[in-house]
Amino acid sequence: MNPTTHAFKVGLRRGWRATVLSMKSPQDQVFYVVMAVGVLVYMFWNRNADMGDSGLTFPQYALPSMLAGLIVFSLVMGPAYELTLEREDGTLLRAKTLPRGMLSYTVGQVVYNSLGLVPMLVIILIPSFIMFDGVAPAEASGWLRIGGFILLGLIALLPLGIILGAVVPNAQKVGTWGMMPVVILSITSGALFPIQQLWGWVQGIAQVFPVYWLGLGLRSGFLPEEAAAWELHGSWLTTLSVGVLLGWAALGLVVAPRVLSRMAKRQSGSAMQEAKEQAGQWIK
Amino acid sequence: MAKDEPQPVIAVRDLRMRYGTKDVLDGVTFDVHAGEVVVLLGPNGAGKTTTIEILEGFRNRSAGDVEVLGVDPQVASEEWRARIGLVLQSWRDHARWTPRMLLHHLGEYYEPYSTELRPRPRDVEKLIVEVGLTEQANQKIRTLSGGQRRRLDVAVGIVGYPELVFFDEPTAGLDPHARREFHDMVHRLADYENTTIVLTTHDLDEAEKLADRILILAGGRIVADGSADALAREVAKDSQVTWTAGGQRHVHATADSTEFVRQLFADGGKDVTDLEVRRASLEDTYMEMVRKYETAPHRGDIDDAALVDAGKELS
Repeated sequence: MNPTTHAFKVGLRRGWRATVLSMKSPQDQVFYVVMAVGVLVYMFWNRNADMGDSGLTFPQYALPSMLAGLIVFSLVMGPAYELTLEREDGTLLRAKTLPRGMLSYTVGQVVYNSLGLVPMLVIILIPSFIMFDGVAPAEASGWLRIGGFILLGLIALLPLGIILGAVVPNAQKVGTWGMMPVVILSITSGALFPIQQLWGWVQGIAQVFPVYWLGLGLRSGFLPEEAAAWELHGSWLTTLSVGVLLGWAALGLVVAPRVLSRMAKRQSGSAMQEAKEQAGQWIK
Repeated sequence: MAKDEPQPVIAVRDLRMRYGTKDVLDGVTFDVHAGEVVVLLGPNGAGKTTTIEILEGFRNRSAGDVEVLGVDPQVASEEWRARIGLVLQSWRDHARWTPRMLLHHLGEYYEPYSTELRPRPRDVEKLIVEVGLTEQANQKIRTLSGGQRRRLDVAVGIVGYPELVFFDEPTAGLDPHARREFHDMVHRLADYENTTIVLTTHDLDEAEKLADRILILAGGRIVADGSADALAREVAKDSQVTWTAGGQRHVHATADSTEFVRQLFADGGKDVTDLEVRRASLEDTYMEMVRKYETAPHRGDIDDAALVDAGKELS
């Protein structure tokens, strides 16, 4: 038995186990439901919003765009919170005391955070398809595009979440360093309303980051071909979207293992104790 | 070292650790042999945690030589990691898991490192019974009491059938019954499985019960190294003799209790009852050692000679 392969398999099982436990947890169930209700209410409230000459209804635009924002949010904030909290509660130290434990831990995190997208998609998509007309992809090829872009989103964003979790000093700081930038970036990238409504310089900045391109890619899957004409560049720019996301993935995959192992190296009983005491001290 | 003498499990030579300008460890030297139970005592800030974390491979030393299971922990491999068990304080991980689930999962990590002598991992169901978690095995870990949580931590620490286990204050928060069970388990690990155990505690009674050897660390140095008995003899050489004669209680401190009692019987004869001879306890020893260190004129300068003097003064 190759010990590295074994550790990898243990990590897969770990991720699956954590996913099952999360599905059974009332805390997580409530989180998914509240999120889905928020999305549906937002779309319903604005269902007659003016969409200019796009020929689209607001829910048609908003469903793929908000999904992009939520996917980014889950994949960045999820691992960032997990990593900081599990540094404080000793899960990471535990992993470090096990043979090849950090490998299994990382694989487990990737699996857990990836599978976490499934219930989110299901709980948002099914009621949306029932409530709103024309929001579901008309053709099977649309679903292929959607699946492909979600996978690209995974490899582009999960490493960023891991990097964030590894570098922030504690869970409280995830809010400041992670939540704020991600929310602002999502809004300025067209997650809640079309990016065309924003100033040119904001559009320029947004296009450096993965959120806009993931949104564009998902719209290319959900919406009919002719909707492309109304986009910022008048086209789906599929090659460019894939390229930008792959670029972020490459960057993340180079940096993430390094910061992760640097962080793991610092873990010890006394470091955990310190983190725990810091966590109890909100006012400094 | 003689050729037939087995290699020590832990060998530490002149270990030094410096943070900025502060020497936390200032030339620590000791060995631990296979199957030995060694208890590390010392006041807070004496360098116990630092020493243990260096041995665990979690901290890099400033100077000195350290070998654990024949390897320098600073560059040790994952195979080395598989041979070591760890029980630290204040773990709160895996709150949603159950003890049974977690032990099965953590046991899996050790599968590739199984040997004939040490089949890894341990049988989880047996382990659950051994640590007394049968009733809580399927309960969420979050709902365990402090004592149950400690037992789970101990089970996790030994699920990989380690050759060497580090325990950091393992019985803090355990009730007397659970504490006794833990002591029995440590004896089993050491006596039947030849597991080497290094343990820190503030409970001197526990140290006396468990330790084959006690190391007292103060001011970044080992100020005492020996069995509880040997330490007591070395520092507090007087024993206390108490007896009743003629309806009156007498107390006398003496360096040679045997001779004193012999005389007592010769003089007082049958009148002497309720005789009790008490040697200085480990607590007396510990207090004396730490006090000597703390009142030493140059804290950093205390050395073996000063301690020998401390012993002489007392006798």
